[in-house]
Amino acid sequence: MKKYSWLTPVSILIFVVGTLIFLSPIFVPEDVNWPIKQKLKLGLDLRGGTQIVLTVVTKDLPEADRAAAVENNIRIIRNRIDQFGIAEPTIQKMGESDILVQLPGVKDPIAAENLIMKSAVLEFKLVAEPDIAEKFINQVDAIIQENLDKFPILAKLAAEDKALAKAETDTVKAGEGVFKSLITTMDRDLAVRYEDLEIVRSLLQDSTFVNLKPKGYDLVLESVDEKKKASREPVILYVLESTAQLKGTDVDRASMEIGPSDSPSPQIANKPYISLTFTRAGARKFANCTGDNIGRRLAIVLDNTVYSAPVIQDRIPDGKAMITGQFTEQEAKSLAILLNNESLSAPIEPKYSTQVSATLGEDSIQSGLKAGLIGILAVIIFMIIFYKGAGLIADFVLVFNVGFILAAMTLFGGTLTMPGIAGIILTIGMAVDANVLIFERIKEELDAGRPPTSALDAGFKRATVTILDSNLTTLIAALVLYQFGTGPVRGFALTLTIGIIGSMFCAIVFCRYIMEKTMIRPGKTTMSI
Amino acid sequence: MRLFKNAKFPFVEKRYIFFIISAILVLASILGIIFKGINWSTDFTGGVSIIINMQPKDSKVPPLSIDNLRKVINDAGFKEAEIQFIGDSSNATFQIKVGGEDVNKVKEQITEVLTTQLPEYVQGRDMQNDVIRQIDVVGAKAGMEMRNNAIIAVLISMLFMIIYIWIRYEFTFGLMGIVALFHDVIILVGVFAFTQKEFTMTILAALLTLVGYSINDTIVIYDRIREDLKIHRKDSVPVIFNRAINSTLSRTVITGSTTLVTALSLYFFGGPVIHDFALAMSLGIIIGTYSSIFIASNLVLETFGHTRTEKQAIKHLTKKK
Repeated sequence: MKKYSWLTPVSILIFVVGTLIFLSPIFVPEDVNWPIKQKLKLGLDLRGGTQIVLTVVTKDLPEADRAAAVENNIRIIRNRIDQFGIAEPTIQKMGESDILVQLPGVKDPIAAENLIMKSAVLEFKLVAEPDIAEKFINQVDAIIQENLDKFPILAKLAAEDKALAKAETDTVKAGEGVFKSLITTMDRDLAVRYEDLEIVRSLLQDSTFVNLKPKGYDLVLESVDEKKKASREPVILYVLESTAQLKGTDVDRASMEIGPSDSPSPQIANKPYISLTFTRAGARKFANCTGDNIGRRLAIVLDNTVYSAPVIQDRIPDGKAMITGQFTEQEAKSLAILLNNESLSAPIEPKYSTQVSATLGEDSIQSGLKAGLIGILAVIIFMIIFYKGAGLIADFVLVFNVGFILAAMTLFGGTLTMPGIAGIILTIGMAVDANVLIFERIKEELDAGRPPTSALDAGFKRATVTILDSNLTTLIAALVLYQFGTGPVRGFALTLTIGIIGSMFCAIVFCRYIMEKTMIRPGKTTMSI
Repeated sequence: MRLFKNAKFPFVEKRYIFFIISAILVLASILGIIFKGINWSTDFTGGVSIIINMQPKDSKVPPLSIDNLRKVINDAGFKEAEIQFIGDSSNATFQIKVGGEDVNKVKEQITEVLTTQLPEYVQGRDMQNDVIRQIDVVGAKAGMEMRNNAIIAVLISMLFMIIYIWIRYEFTFGLMGIVALFHDVIILVGVFAFTQKEFTMTILAALLTLVGYSINDTIVIYDRIREDLKIHRKDSVPVIFNRAINSTLSRTVITGSTTLVTALSLYFFGGPVIHDFALAMSLGIIIGTYSSIFIASNLVLETFGHTRTEKQAIKHLTKKK
């Protein structure tokens, strides 16, 4: 043990500093640029949050399936919110087909709304060969030219072009319609100028256009990220085969990952991407598709936007793929969540979203805090009466223990609710237990006539076994509850786990260190305990 | 200060008395749960959500607070009502969730309560269209699936506890520790069945805390039994069990008291919202402490040597780990 005598003070230092670091945002005012942003979230009962009311559109479903579709959507939404890391939400069915969602502490309801409502349709489609793509564009151009009256915006554009052509004579090539004039090229691809993006986008979504365009191929735009927005580069327009080679249902698991900084591929080096693992059937399809189409390009299409279209180099037999793109970490994470969960059973429309207050009134929160303080104070006094000097040390360490619980909850993204606070207060009562076990043991040893030094040592040694056994049993239970539980059970398990670890460390290491440093002096025969 | 110095209570000798008391309590609880049923709160059953606007016509009337509204709604018999402001609190628009299935009946009751108890806020206003803005049936926050999930998670965690105690102590210790836990949980749920207090999500949290607390308490005594079996090899097993319970009594009671003090302080000073939660916690601590002292190790003693001979069991317990 002597060999590792530095271990104890170092671990205590880490414990104290770590606690202070993660608690610091509570004390730093909002406008100061402090490196640690994460703050302990307060639950709906303490602070309120955002309420979003959604309607499930069930009119296209048979009467008998409607209720089940709403229930199913609630379940899917619950999973999505859960995986997004928002703890302790409220999700309830309201009326016949509305869903009421309350999210604690969410400042950006739009992002939450997007996550909840997105469908995330994933498809893998082959990119048409250049000659076929050109033919297709020409066909589309001709069709639009014939039906120009059905597309008022394009008609207006065509009229402007004509006026311009007259003024400057020529330049508009013969046989080229207004649609082709919107298309330019970028490297090997067709593209749309940034300024024309909205025109093309609305055209592609126009149902008249969708009905008129030749079958077999589709026009799909690539995703527009922040960088593109800033530089106003042209946006690639892909001509894709209409039949999807693989779909979202072929994906077994999706996860957000960050590429290693030494990765040879610039698309993933240091960047978030989504890694996909296909199901058995999906892996077979993917192997066949890549094997049959070496040299062609396979577009990864998510919600009708192309994220990337890599060239197939070789047959890929292992059933793995990745979606790269200019994702932020948050986007990649939400997309992975969406891909992991089944799609919504019926589309959802937002009804309204609004801020909601805490469910506990100001008075209730105040009295809860007051009760907590009284409880803690009682415990502190209790310890001093029973264990004098040792009790005082235990009280001192207890303060850090409470700080540690709050800091650890901040770190793990826990949400503090009123029952959570009560749970912490209770943990305090129980944290004292470890100290009681040790002190009682030391008293027994002193009674047996041992001098303080060896009584302290023996007391700690014996009590440590007891503390480990009893706390580990509870810890195992807490970890199992965390693994298998959902919602509030999980939140409870997290608080319990943190509380157990904190109180074990405080009693066995922290408290012992201070006691050894302050209570043991050579020649002293009594002990304040 | 010492509590119970050299205590020599005959816990083991009188164990049948406590077995009978516990058997009666458990049986009564089971009957209560079966016949009176558990009064599940709106968290589990769903209820009615009402949006009301309480902006008084008379600008001299002070704005209504959530706590005041809660008091009035609680007094009308909606015990676990959840109330919050919708939008900015200056709009005085509240969303209230209460139990019940019949929208019209709830609407009538709420109308009645508001007009009689808070007349200054609704005077001269159209009750049906202006005060009550919206009323809907809402589903459970935790449906059947979630409830079953929680039960399964608890059962799995108990299984793991048995395995751990089995490895560290002996099989009967693990099994009887869990039996004592069931005893605690059933009695606490039984209290809620008899009093027909609403069983909310937070009560569930209290129940889980009880499980953690009680097993912790029990193992401290097990640990002393294991140690004493090593030291006092000549004494008979019942004597060792009784001595272990007595020598840990001081710690059991002190820990129980400190924890109980915090729970009771929540009960007396924590306000109406956490009242039942604090009650469940306090009762849980009392029941957990009782079962640790009087039931868990006595049950082990009863079955000790049934799965293997006493000698083998002691050998398994005391071998170095």
